Amino acid sequence: MSDAAIVSDTSQMKVGNKVAIQITNMNKWFGQFHVLRDINLTVYEGERIVVCGPSGSGKSTLIRCINRLEEHQKGSIVVDGTELSSDLKNIDKIRSEVGMCFQHFNLFPHLTILENCTLAPIWVRKTPKREAEETAMHFLEKVKIPEQADKYPGQLSGGQQQRVAIARSLCMRPRIMLFDEPTSALDPEMIKEVLDTMIELAQEGMTMICVTHEMGFARQVANRVIFMDQGQIVEQNEPEPFFNNPQSDRTKLFLSQILGH
Amino acid sequence: MSDTHAASTAFVRHDPLPPAPPPVTETGIVKWMRENLFATIPNAILTLLSLWAIYTVLSGVIPWITNGVWGAENIRECRELLAGATGGCFSVISERWNQLVFGIAYPREEYWRPTLAFVLLIVSVFPVLFPRAPRKMLILTIIYPFVAYWLIWGGTVLTPILLFAGAVVGYVVYSKLVASNFAAGFFGGLTAAAIAWWLAGFAIDAGSDVLALREVVSRDMGGFMLNMILGVVCVSLSLPIGIVLALGRQSDMFVIKWICIVFIEFIRGVPLITLLFVANVVLAYFLPPGSNFDLILRVIIMITMFASAYIAEVIRGGLAALPKGQYEAADSLGLDYPQAMRLIILPQALKISIPGIVNVAVGLFKDTVLVSIISMFDLVGMIRGPILASTDWNGVYWELWGFAALLFFVVCYSISQYSQWLERQLQTDHR
Repeated sequence: MSDAAIVSDTSQMKVGNKVAIQITNMNKWFGQFHVLRDINLTVYEGERIVVCGPSGSGKSTLIRCINRLEEHQKGSIVVDGTELSSDLKNIDKIRSEVGMCFQHFNLFPHLTILENCTLAPIWVRKTPKREAEETAMHFLEKVKIPEQADKYPGQLSGGQQQRVAIARSLCMRPRIMLFDEPTSALDPEMIKEVLDTMIELAQEGMTMICVTHEMGFARQVANRVIFMDQGQIVEQNEPEPFFNNPQSDRTKLFLSQILGH
Repeated sequence: MSDTHAASTAFVRHDPLPPAPPPVTETGIVKWMRENLFATIPNAILTLLSLWAIYTVLSGVIPWITNGVWGAENIRECRELLAGATGGCFSVISERWNQLVFGIAYPREEYWRPTLAFVLLIVSVFPVLFPRAPRKMLILTIIYPFVAYWLIWGGTVLTPILLFAGAVVGYVVYSKLVASNFAAGFFGGLTAAAIAWWLAGFAIDAGSDVLALREVVSRDMGGFMLNMILGVVCVSLSLPIGIVLALGRQSDMFVIKWICIVFIEFIRGVPLITLLFVANVVLAYFLPPGSNFDLILRVIIMITMFASAYIAEVIRGGLAALPKGQYEAADSLGLDYPQAMRLIILPQALKISIPGIVNVAVGLFKDTVLVSIISMFDLVGMIRGPILASTDWNGVYWELWGFAALLFFVVCYSISQYSQWLERQLQTDHR
């Protein structure tokens, strides 16, 4: 799929030719159940990839394997030149380079917004507290909620919480961002504010992999769309041909169902 | 007809009505009584019955307290003073105060030492209990155990200083090694501390009269002081041990997990009193002959094990109540296991567990009176033994047991109120 690494015409975002993530023949089982089958995927720096597919197709599991929230049993995953093995040092190194946003935000409810954002830089990166706070305020301004810095997550709306979660990841200055259905738990009104933040991030050239059902977002920012079903990558293409001219029958059926209404 | 109709519908108010006070039956005490005491007939009957019951109890108790005799020398003198009237012989409390508080054998001229230790206890738990207290006060908390040991048991001042030095050596070694490996740091620190303490033993033997306070042996400890020693030491030891056990039970490491499960299930499945008998009698068989293993230390070990097994289960409940997402978020930010536990998981799990932990702590504190069964003279042991058995005070049950109950109630109720305050302080989710 190196063709996909060519800059798509929809934006001026640049895709480099350095490999950010290389997944080779990766397999994963939950007990007897074969969740991911022979996944091969190369992600270049600056690429924005949208992964879609019916529920249970393994999309979330795939991106959770990339920062080892799930362990794969066969094949290899190389992130930024470091191979994911059971070596804890490697895992912690990769996790500090790869940011992740969850469907349910997973903010730390006992810490303020600012503390949520400064915790990992202070403890993992050993950044001095002042500097970490300045960085945190910078990113909170970027996601447009600096005024909430001293509140607790429970006092914020869902959309605001998800934007804090994005800011919290960004404070670690990650090279890659993973999004696991970031808008699925949100009201329609709040989806837009989160997507706007993600679009802005994409325009700055962040390498992103998003599991999402927001096809508008996929059309606008993705330079590659991956369709998964039953633990396999069924089809991948640039957004325009993917939506306008899907090749496999399974993709056609899926697209007709989610775009049909 | 149409005229009247028009007049009744079209209406303009020119003078606004002034606000009027509500009827008497709808305000203040009358309204409150109508709603809460006499809402219905059965309700009113119950109210009257309750008032009668309260009156009966108070009319018995209040004269007993107000007529109480405080100055009598013994029960016969007290009965003479009362001359048949209702009244308590509270003089037993004032006359035997020192025995109730310090036990029978603690040297009278040294009472200031445990008293001072108690005052220092209040000062040094302050920064632990109140997060807003200045952090520098924690130094007091750290040195308090050594000072209190010296004050209560006496002996040379070298003992607490060298014990403290040993702990510092252990901590320094731990913090040097822990960067590379937690297990290396933990066991390295323990070994270093043990070696330091072993060496300190010689120094203490050599300088046994340097700034020495009169030594008091554990057998001589008694009264409410003994309950306080056992309660404070066991609660403060069982909380960290309970946390470790709870985390161990959740561990992926098979051996550690099973050691924790077996320990918790075994200790929880055994009555505390049997553990205390083990501490008193049976443990001696397992120790080398001639070794003198302090009785209070044995009891502390047993009660601590017992309480930590319970606290471990309470904290496990708190850990289980946390959403998996919290663990994943901590992982995905690159925090390692100790960091994730210390910064993310335990603060939340402990917060959830506060009511359960306090429940165990209060229960544990009250259970310290069980040591009276292995013939230690704690508050209950003192009352049951030397005081009630003496010819002077044979038969003053209500006054003595009421006093014991009051002491425990004051402490336990304060703990309970503190924990509710703490819960409110830590509430961050629905503000």
